[in-house]
Parts: sequence; structure tokens; C-alpha cells
Amino acid sequence: MESKIKKDITILAIETSCDETAAAVVRNGRTVLSNVISSQIDLHTMYGGVVPEIASRKHIENIDVVIQEALNEAGITLSELDAIGVTYGPGLVGALLVGVAEAKAIAYAAHLPLVGVHHIEGHVSANYIEHPDLEPPFLCLIVSGGHTHLVVVKEYGVYEIIGKTHDDAAGEAFDKVARSIGFGYPGGPKIDKASKAGNPQAMAFPRAHIDGHPNDFSFSGIKSAVLNYLNQAAMKGEEVNANDIAASFQAAVVDVLVEKTMNAARDLHMTTVAMAGGVASNSGLRTAMEEACKRENLTLVYPSLIYCTDNAAMIGAAAYYEYIKGNFSGLDLNAVPGLKIGERKI
Amino acid sequence: MRILAIDASGQVASVALLTDETLAAEYTIDYKKTHSQTLLPMIDEIMRMIEMEPDELDAIAVSAGPGSFTGLRIGAATAKGLAMSLNKKIIAVPTLDMLAYNYMGTEHLICPMMDARRNQVYTGLYECKQDKVLPLSRQTACSIDELIDNVNSMCRTTIFLGDGITVFRELLKERLTIPYLFAPPHLVKQRAGSLAVAALHYYIEGKYLSSAEFVPEYLRLSQAERELKEKQNADQTNEQG
Repeated sequence: MESKIKKDITILAIETSCDETAAAVVRNGRTVLSNVISSQIDLHTMYGGVVPEIASRKHIENIDVVIQEALNEAGITLSELDAIGVTYGPGLVGALLVGVAEAKAIAYAAHLPLVGVHHIEGHVSANYIEHPDLEPPFLCLIVSGGHTHLVVVKEYGVYEIIGKTHDDAAGEAFDKVARSIGFGYPGGPKIDKASKAGNPQAMAFPRAHIDGHPNDFSFSGIKSAVLNYLNQAAMKGEEVNANDIAASFQAAVVDVLVEKTMNAARDLHMTTVAMAGGVASNSGLRTAMEEACKRENLTLVYPSLIYCTDNAAMIGAAAYYEYIKGNFSGLDLNAVPGLKIGERKI
Repeated sequence: MRILAIDASGQVASVALLTDETLAAEYTIDYKKTHSQTLLPMIDEIMRMIEMEPDELDAIAVSAGPGSFTGLRIGAATAKGLAMSLNKKIIAVPTLDMLAYNYMGTEHLICPMMDARRNQVYTGLYECKQDKVLPLSRQTACSIDELIDNVNSMCRTTIFLGDGITVFRELLKERLTIPYLFAPPHLVKQRAGSLAVAALHYYIEGKYLSSAEFVPEYLRLSQAERELKEKQNADQTNEQG
């Protein structure tokens, strides 16, 4: 007979794939006991983007303090944990290696199982934290600086990619456009803010559709259109309205993201749509997706801001579902910078 | 006193276990730089061979740098994770000190050198006093020319070791004016056994850190920081000019 009393599973999760050193303690994949993030963003701003070597150096400086803080805040000691979860890809290899080496050493010393987690699957799983009723299957739009994917989460930890970008990721386009209109790094939040003061219909930037690939994305055309507009204005010696450019650019990107998500939901008879990744914190995208889901009678979920950007709580959520499946990693776990969604190299 | 010593500062991956006066285990691989996959399984292997549990360790020694930036961090993160979990101290030994300990007991001058690319080496000069290997100057990054001039000026028989001699052997042969020796294969590179012995001296002298305090010593800025600095210096010069 199956036992009715399930033991709580408490996981310490570590995330160092880019420029945030993060650790969290998560219970049963849903309850966050602590979520500590040490951001390096100020350090990288003067270089106009994340410098991998500097990111790696900061990770090794901060990681023990961040982990200890996560344990202290949760009021948990290592002996009370059930597993260590860690992001092993995709991301910056040098940055990932710090978290992976640290996690393996802790797992070894504390006699705990190790769970290697896919960073993007972590972003998707961030939705479990604040939506206790959310269960697969659901459609998830993953939008970040490195990824733009439409994914069907078929069951916990099982992903089917149904659409992806052919060139730039959505977040990458935000960063590049922000740089070109002089907003600097990080571009996403700055464009989002400027959009609120601009006219989204001021310029008609293209909405890209790819023949034969209805669920796929392309953002290089929108980016080029913005750059062309700026060049032409410069040649004519015209002043440009940065807020209008930001608003028009954001509207073009958001239109495409929402439309393709709605089409896919309809085709696949999905009733729940989720969003994940840093760009899911964009207020224009949130509003537009909310309106569209209301119209189509779909349930929409997305994480609050703190769980949209890189964090370790989402890694703890994803690690839990790998843990209950028995998907453990060995002490030879390596960082896999180009890890694909759904791929396992544990 | 049980010290687990970990080195991943170069192509070698090496781990060792020193129990008081006994080097109970030493495991060194000089093959490919796959330290992130091999280091912890190597630790696991020696610990099982000598039937020791991680919580029986008293301290974790690690090569503090210089070396391969990524390699140093793999070693550092491994040491930090172990030390934090076990609530033990980290003994951070400069990589060149650790190399010099390969020649404990010699009457000659010891010159460990690691290839730092761009015609530079990470190096230091050491000599033995009683049972210790002491630096004559702090480890540093300098040009190979500077090192050769410095060694020649010491007028002593000098032993060269470290991966730098693979790169600069011919140049050294040509330019050295003092008697010299190149280390044989078993003494030429990083060995965690030497690291452990050096670490014990450090520990007795009170040179140890908490896991959170320890950071690797790169002896060199990242490329981005270096270029930014060069640009700032150039801008300053232009302004002054």
C-alpha cells in the first residue's frame, strides 16, 4: 500500500550561469524558504554587457556567503536537506563551473544526492512557485536574453519545443536596440520604461513571420529596421524620439510573441499558458498577453519579477521534479554551456 | 591533523591526503584539462581507498593561484564547498610556493615558472631553510627577460620547474649564465603531496581562512579590465598632452 504520509523534500539550489550568484532553499518544488541573489549588474554596466571572466571571478568571491545566507534565512542546516540542485547549462561556461564545482563538493561532503538542472527548465519551473494549482500540460513562452522558445510542458520535466527563434533571442534584440538608441545595458527594463512615455504606433516596425514555420520567431528584421530608421534620421540630421522608437519596437516584438503563443495554444488545445525568462517581466508583454488570454479564455500564469530574472529558487523547483523521478547526477557532472531544452547530460 | 590537498591550477589535476607525517594518498593526472569532471571523483577515490569519511578531515588545502583562471576556480569552488559543508578551514597556498616545495631540502635556488602567455611567466625564487621552502620574493607575473636577468644576477645554481620550462627551455639554455638544472618529470609539475606539506607549515603558522574568505589570486586582471585600464590611461595621456 502506498504511504499516505509523504516526506517533505528540501533542496538547496545554486545558480551561477550568468551574472547573478544565487542560492535558495525550496521545499517540495513549490515553497521557497529562502531566495538569495547577489547581482553583479553594476560591475558589467561599464562594459556594456556581461564580461564572462569578471562574472566568474565575482561568483567565486560571493558563492559561499550567498549559500550560507540562503541556509540561514531558511533556518535549515545541511543535515536537514534532501538534495543539492545546481544549474549545469546553458550559460557562460566559466560561470557555470563555479556553481557546479561548489554544488558537487557540498553534495559529496554532506552525503546528499546531486541534481543537475537545465537553466531554462528552471525558468519554466519558476511558475510552480507562485501558482500552486499549475500542473502540466501547459504551453510556455520562454523569452530571455539567450532564448525565445515556445514549449509544451507535457509532464513535469518533459518538454517539447514547438517553436524557436531563427536568429536573435527576444531579449538580445531588446539589448541591441537599447544600445543603438543610447539607453545602454541592460536594455530590456530601459526600453520597457521608455515605452510608457512613447507612442507605439509612431513607427511601423515589421512583425516577422517565417514561411512554413508558424511557431518560429525572427527578431533580426525588427532590430535592423530600428537601426535603419536611426541611420536615416542621422543622415537627414533629424532628431529622433527615443521613447517613440522604444514603444514602437516593443509593440512589434510583443505583437509577434502574443500572436504566435495564441495560435499555438489554439492549435494544440491548451487551456493554460505560462511565460518564463527575463523578458516575461516586460510590462508591455504582460499586459498584451493578459488581454489575449482573456479573449481566448485561457488561464495565464507568469512569475513575479523576482522569479523572472535569474534566481536559484526556480532551480530548486525544477530540481524537485527531477529528484522525485530519481534523475540524479554523478560527481563527474560537468558544465554544458550549450545544453538544449529537454537534453540531459547528467 | 588530516589535510586534503587539491590542485587544478594547470593541466595537472592532483589531490592528496596528508595525515600527520604520512602522505596517505596522492593522485595526479596530467592528461587533459577536464578538471571539472575528474577532480571530485579523484577525491572520492582516494578517500575510499584510505577508508576516510569527509567529516574526518581537519582542513582543506588548495592552490591559491596563479594558474589557469578557470582551473583555479574549479579547485577553489571544490575546496570552498568542502570546507563550508564540513565547517573546516581552507589553507590557500600560492601555486608557486607549492611547486617550490617539490624541491624541499635542496641547497640550490628554486625557480618555479608557469607559462602566463604573451611572453610572460608567473614566477618566484625560493630557497630551503631547515624544513621549509621560503620565498626570496613574492610570486609575481613578469616577462621572461626580466626573470632571466634576475636569476643570472643571483649567481647561484638554480633549479627550474613548472610548465613554463616546456615553453622557455631553449631560451633559458641560451641566456642563462649560471649553472642550472631542469626538473625531471616526477618533480616538474604541480603535486598535491607538496601542496599538503606546504599547507601543514602554513597551518602551523596560523595562515588559514574560512571558506567564505578565500578567493583565488590570479596575479592578472581580466582582459576586459586590462583593456579598459589601458584605454583610460591613454585618454588621460591624451588629455594631458
